[in-house]
Amino acid sequence: MTDATASTPAAPASGRRQSISLFRQDAHTKRRNAAETRFKAYGLTAVLVGLFFLIVLFGSIISNGLPAFTRTVVELELTLTQEQYEEAESKLLKTGAYRDFFIAAFDRELEERGVEVEYDAAALERILGKIGGNLREFYTANEDRLGQPVDFELSTSSRIDGYFNGRLKREDVRDSRFLMSTDLDLADELYAAGIMKSDFNWNFITGADSGVDNPGGAGIGASVVGSFFMMIVVLVLSLPIGVAASIYLEEFAPKNRWTDLIEVNISNLAAVPSIVFGILGLAVFIQFAGLPQSAPLVGGLVLTLMTLPTIIISTRASLKSVPPSIRDAALGVGASKMQAVFHHVLPLAMPGILTGTIIGLAQALGETAPLLLIGMVGFVARGYPDGFVSGFTEANSAMPAQIYTWAARADASFYEKAWGGIIILLLFLMTMNIIAIVLRRRFERRW
Amino acid sequence: MNMTDMPATAETVTTMTSPKSKITAKNVEVFYGDTHAIKDVDVEIEDRNVTAFIGPSGCGKSTFLRCLNRMNDTIDICRVEGRIEIDGEDIYDKKVDPVQLRAKVGMVFQKPNPFPKSIYDNIAYGPRIHGLARSKRDLDDIVEKSLRRGAIWDEVKDRLQEPGTGLSGGQQQRLCIARAIATEPEVLLMDEPCSALDPIATDQVENLIDELRQDYSVVIVTHSMQQAARVSQKTAFFHLGNLVEYGETDQIFTNPQDPRTESYISGRIG
Repeated sequence: MTDATASTPAAPASGRRQSISLFRQDAHTKRRNAAETRFKAYGLTAVLVGLFFLIVLFGSIISNGLPAFTRTVVELELTLTQEQYEEAESKLLKTGAYRDFFIAAFDRELEERGVEVEYDAAALERILGKIGGNLREFYTANEDRLGQPVDFELSTSSRIDGYFNGRLKREDVRDSRFLMSTDLDLADELYAAGIMKSDFNWNFITGADSGVDNPGGAGIGASVVGSFFMMIVVLVLSLPIGVAASIYLEEFAPKNRWTDLIEVNISNLAAVPSIVFGILGLAVFIQFAGLPQSAPLVGGLVLTLMTLPTIIISTRASLKSVPPSIRDAALGVGASKMQAVFHHVLPLAMPGILTGTIIGLAQALGETAPLLLIGMVGFVARGYPDGFVSGFTEANSAMPAQIYTWAARADASFYEKAWGGIIILLLFLMTMNIIAIVLRRRFERRW
Repeated sequence: MNMTDMPATAETVTTMTSPKSKITAKNVEVFYGDTHAIKDVDVEIEDRNVTAFIGPSGCGKSTFLRCLNRMNDTIDICRVEGRIEIDGEDIYDKKVDPVQLRAKVGMVFQKPNPFPKSIYDNIAYGPRIHGLARSKRDLDDIVEKSLRRGAIWDEVKDRLQEPGTGLSGGQQQRLCIARAIATEPEVLLMDEPCSALDPIATDQVENLIDELRQDYSVVIVTHSMQQAARVSQKTAFFHLGNLVEYGETDQIFTNPQDPRTESYISGRIG
């Protein structure tokens, strides 16, 4: 006993434990209990701190990202005749002519709805962006729609969009060539009249990336497809290679200096920074093997290299956890080593292998650094790939790369899109983790 | 019955060559790395008889048992020297495939280790991989026959599709014995088959062993001398890697020749 004050007359000199009442805690017990209580308090505090940050994280992701899922648009029905089209195309300022057609239709719409507002063409362009250019782009691509009524949905400029989703406050607006405070009055009136409205931004989920000047049109869809093709490559390559390597190392390879060396190197490989794999991919797959730049195929190959150690380590761990008595039992009835492994050990290790694989895939899905080096960042995907094969070889982006690209752009509206993209990415990751959990439960419940 | 054929006053039979000898081991030495686990063991194991290996822990009886179907091959550092013959064929010959050997020499382990599959699949696995059944009917017959021989058919016949791991410990062990005999081995090795079982389950397994003697050569490793006395006709006593004494069970327990055997049996060592 070191605590002298607590046990003053109690401790006899003989050193024999003195008998005391069980109803009274002795000093030693008190100290032990206090230490235990303290430790529990530390643990609880740690958990609460973690939980707090988790809530802050999700709160800020959701509050910053949700606006990306809504957009403010102006809907207008417009009919352009063949003659009007030819007239506009013959002019020197072609887009100006298209703009005038639009304004004429816009005026008719206002009149029909009985709305009386004062506006000029410049204000409308500040609100809706380059109306004439968009219109011309549509009609030159779809000449067959001439002479028929077409429903146009024009997204508003990022500032007006920000005004309606709360990012931009009226008192912050300083008049400039991008936005005048009077434009907000006009927008309010159009909104009240129902010509301008906010709706769910499907284009953000299904669309492709847009140019830097059109944040309203940017979508993450094309890069989701890019990520999907990359994940196919990763799954198809890393699962069989990883599982085969682990089975060989764990069950068949002799235990000697070479296998020890391989084992150590695999563990080290799992800790190599992912950007190293990126530059390796650039050197080997693109510069040496001549595979196309920015292609999901190359991205998938690089991510395969990165995922393999994770899969090998988790597979070996789950093979190791299968009780040796099962192997003995199989060998005892005359199964060969391979039969013992494939009929008995592997099925039992399956839940662990699947969980490891899905976690490896999820890691690969969120990886950005290696994609930087093989050109999947900063690339503006203009649309979906044409087919299954070109999905692998055509230049595309991937979700985290797309988010990185948006975050680096100047327009505040892209910042919002980056947060929105993160919500989508997290949804994918959560889905994969849930699949991992479900698969594990399912396989485990069999016996 | 074999017992009655034997002269009651038999001396040690270590060197006696019986016409019914199934397994012959000569000068067997086993090393685990630097450890000399089995030292120069000679033994003759008879057909259609139960031979018990007894001895204190770590004496090498399990190690020797595992030599008989080359289960020690799975341990990297284990090295076996000498000659072990089954029906006159050296099982450590280069031409011998251990997998084929293990189909001939079945094994039951200390801890019941049914596969985490259905009772039916547990039994059917061996016949399947050895191609013993030509049709589903054949396989059903084999499963039923093996479970009957394993004295467990009546308990499981209504739940063949349920997992084998859901049975009680004693049932699991009888299932494992049934699984071992489903591949129609000629020798059955049992490594302390009752050490994880309660007395009632032990009794059932012992009765089963006694029946199996009709068709197989059974070798059983046991910690319990009473069990050896109850089930075996021949007993081998191992001590520190040496085969100290081998002979008729009756003679070993009533009139041991070696002082070490006597001390062990009377409880002074071990």
